Amino acid sequence: MSMKKNYVVETIRKAQMVQLLADGKRMDERALDQHRKLTIETGIIQKANGSARVTLGNTQVIAGVKIATGTPFPDSPDKGLLVVNAEILPMASPYAEPGPPSEEAIELARVVDRGIRESEMVDLTNLCLVPGKSVVTVFVDCNVMNVDGNLFDATSYAVVAALRTAKMKKYVVKDEKAEATDVLIPVPVERTPVSVTFARIGEKMVVDPDTEEEASMDMRITITTDDDGNVCASQKGEASTISPSQVLEAVDTSIRVGKEIRAQIIEATK
Amino acid sequence: MGEAKKKLIVDGKRLDGRKWDDLRPISLQVGLMKNADGSAYIEWGKNKIMAAVYGPKEVHPKHQVLPDRALLRCRYHMAPFSVDERKNPAPSRREIEISKVIREALVPAVIVEDYPRTAIEVWVEVLQSDGGSRCAGITAAALALADAGINMRDMVSGCSCGLIEDTVVADLDDTEDKEGNGDMPVAIMPNLGQVTLLQVDGIYSREQFQKAFELAIEKGKQIYGMQRDALAARFFGGETTSSQVEEAAE
Repeated sequence: MSMKKNYVVETIRKAQMVQLLADGKRMDERALDQHRKLTIETGIIQKANGSARVTLGNTQVIAGVKIATGTPFPDSPDKGLLVVNAEILPMASPYAEPGPPSEEAIELARVVDRGIRESEMVDLTNLCLVPGKSVVTVFVDCNVMNVDGNLFDATSYAVVAALRTAKMKKYVVKDEKAEATDVLIPVPVERTPVSVTFARIGEKMVVDPDTEEEASMDMRITITTDDDGNVCASQKGEASTISPSQVLEAVDTSIRVGKEIRAQIIEATK
Repeated sequence: MGEAKKKLIVDGKRLDGRKWDDLRPISLQVGLMKNADGSAYIEWGKNKIMAAVYGPKEVHPKHQVLPDRALLRCRYHMAPFSVDERKNPAPSRREIEISKVIREALVPAVIVEDYPRTAIEVWVEVLQSDGGSRCAGITAAALALADAGINMRDMVSGCSCGLIEDTVVADLDDTEDKEGNGDMPVAIMPNLGQVTLLQVDGIYSREQFQKAFELAIEKGKQIYGMQRDALAARFFGGETTSSQVEEAAE
């Protein structure tokens, strides 16, 4: 979420940052393509089908999966439902407020959902019980607990970790009716999408911006790639531009950095 | 889906007869609305979109005032009758997100520093929707800003490209968007060579990504030519083309 609250301070801070970046340095001494320390814990909520707490620096997100049955959308009668949602809790930052979701929170939820959905992470055809009538519904709700920049990636990793470890009841179909059994099976996860977010500050692009960097950034771009190095989702944000060559550079970096993060997520969710 | 999937490309031709890199028919008109400070109407395939601009004007509520520049407000809204099934007129999450990305696609082109402590409002109303409506909306909104006489660094021109199976195609229509394999709306500032909108969904190999992205930029430049013609028609009479305007300027 935007932290540009003090115009003068942020302007001075940005000048300082641009100067550092010209020498390839960041305020917290990270390399330009280096993300902050990522920790992933799973199974933290016993009542959820799957859950994860992800910290990325001081950003903390908890994702929980709840699975039930429902009716499919008329235009995809043979596919289960997967819905990803995210909320920035009022406790997460002095600038967050309760109430209907802000534009930023809506964008966050939709961009994270897009990465998961478009990568075909979950095989939705495997979640169909009775075509047109009954399907498995998978809701992933995310609580942003503490804001310190790059909510997009932290939330996305939490969703992926929660889904990879989620267990659901096996359903049997009798006379066009789905019945839950006591057998627990994993959610049909096929792929591991990883999003990598960049901030452009002046001329330089940095991976995984923290709050201070976000307050000074000109442009933000999130790129989600899959296990085979395909691009499955992207979103440019903020009121500035990106050059075509920077887009292609960011794609290459996101494939490279995404690979490391994917390995860590897979290790943590074995 | 359940039944055999309809082929979207047969013998190199798309369902509406276009080649892979053809645009749908596009028409642009500038300055149709009487009350607005600037306006533009676009028909792009079956898309019918009106964009109107008010401002620079006083900011309400006052706490939103920006001390050093104008506040650009933007609303993308779909009429309830613009789609097959009636759409609830209340703004959906999709519309809220699109309003945000349209605003962020336009702001870089507007010299907001020229209008401190004011608001510039951009209203984009989709009367009929047919795939690629955010790019069509951006294209019309940028024209409406120019029509309103707002200082600008460049025009903003949008075009979406995408994937149908493994083929990169330009300008997906409604059916291709829903049944195709990926959509990539892009907006550019054509003279400054900068990208102001980029959204991607679908599964693209590295090569496909680059091909679709570069195609969208190329098509954006083509749209820019049409925008210039539309502005020329508005301000220099119907017969004048952009090349004549260029000559006159020299």
